[in-house]
Amino acid sequence: MRALESPPALLDLARSIRAGDTTAEAATERCLAAIGERDGSINAFITVTADAARDAARTADRELASGRDRGPLHGVPMSIKDILDIAGLPTTAASRVRRNHVAARDAIVVARLRDAGAVFVGKTNLHEFALGTTNEESAYGPVHHPLDPTRSPGGSSGGSAASILAGMAFASMGTDTGGSVRIPAAACGLVGLKPVFRDVPTQGVVPLSTSLDHVGPLCATVADAAAIYRVIADAPGFAASPQPGDPRELRLGVPRRYFLDLLDDDVARAFDETCARLAAAGVRLDDVTIPHAAEIGAVYLHVALTEAAAFHSRTLETQPDDYTPTVRARLEAGRYVLAEDYIRALRGRDVLRRDVMAALEGHDALLLPALAVPATPLGAATMRVSGVDEPVRNVTLRLTQLFNLTGHAAITVPCGTTGGGLPIGAQLAAPSTAGLLAVAATLEPWIRGQAVTSPRLT
Amino acid sequence: MTPDHWLESARTDAARRGLPDLQASLEGLARAARLLRAADWNGDASGGSGLDAGAPAPAR
Repeated sequence: MRALESPPALLDLARSIRAGDTTAEAATERCLAAIGERDGSINAFITVTADAARDAARTADRELASGRDRGPLHGVPMSIKDILDIAGLPTTAASRVRRNHVAARDAIVVARLRDAGAVFVGKTNLHEFALGTTNEESAYGPVHHPLDPTRSPGGSSGGSAASILAGMAFASMGTDTGGSVRIPAAACGLVGLKPVFRDVPTQGVVPLSTSLDHVGPLCATVADAAAIYRVIADAPGFAASPQPGDPRELRLGVPRRYFLDLLDDDVARAFDETCARLAAAGVRLDDVTIPHAAEIGAVYLHVALTEAAAFHSRTLETQPDDYTPTVRARLEAGRYVLAEDYIRALRGRDVLRRDVMAALEGHDALLLPALAVPATPLGAATMRVSGVDEPVRNVTLRLTQLFNLTGHAAITVPCGTTGGGLPIGAQLAAPSTAGLLAVAATLEPWIRGQAVTSPRLT
Repeated sequence: MTPDHWLESARTDAARRGLPDLQASLEGLARAARLLRAADWNGDASGGSGLDAGAPAPAR
């Protein structure tokens, strides 16, 4: 297994480009070289756009040389999950169902990144239609974890996470319907941000479950996430670099029951150590409860599968064999949900939203692990956790899907590694994305257990 | 329709449509439906109207 090295921050690269230490073209060539060297075994990319990336990088360098600076993403190589449209390219969603699709225009998020000067090196692999957490069901084959090829990097934005960890991109855009940004970010030692619902437009993104879908970045640091959020969000006036505050002024709620009941031993240890570091820094940690936490999975399943089935009903009839068998089965199952149970789930969703709001009262954010287990072995149907055999899908979604139901902002920050060196992530959740980023920026050094060396570029 | 009746009906229809791979997903949905129906937020036409989602969270 390879050793975990923190990937470079995009704000570091932005500073280096402006200092004349490197160029956008050189950074892009390094990413393309890494793709050439490593993607044969990792399989992070479905489409590599080398020529377009080189052109965009040279343009970025020329603009900077002439005094036009589009901001911190100018000239930064990024990858895009292949569920967001890039004009002129297929948006496969990792499915044979969409083999004839070519996007007519950029997704709004992609257009905003392009306007900000980002360089797109390619489109990344994912779990088919984002309906899974391992990327094993993809028409383009599974994504392998850059640190251990026998494991999944998490999903569904697995190719995005793997591309950053393997040095093929400095950041990536993913989507998160039940945890699909935060799960791979945690499994790969990255920061992953799910903004507040509807903070970031989803036009030009293939939907999974329209009331749960979010678009968000995967990257190296909280400051990187803030810089990307500023570009992609409908959030005028948001400061790109939230200034770290005083941890002694922060108060976090820790929902222990349910959320800490089913954890891998290494994850439990790392989370305990994170809480101890934060407490030592002066952060006040209070136990809180989500009274209806036991019903999260049931509510989520009914909302997610029903909405997904509605989107896929025609192609399930006309192209059933173009789906991978497991994804097809999940979508077909959603067609059997009774309307009365869907209504019960919607009511439960309101109750869960109220539970989270109550738990947040008097607190700046909630703190919990992001992923109950380290990166899962490819091919595993179940994992033994706390003495119980749990389906991989259930155990990986367990700690993230709540905030898709409630719409709260959530972010994962690396908080340690297993004895074997696999990354572990902590998760913060808060009512506003800007507020969450400010809390995360303040606490990042203590969550990581090490200094964040990345500079903040305003 | 109880979740058990629903599961039986869905299984029969899936078999008729040649979709035997649905069994595990349908069983998962049936377990989830039982949880939803047992939740304290549900109303009952013979009595309570269920939890008011706008009211303070109850202690549990």
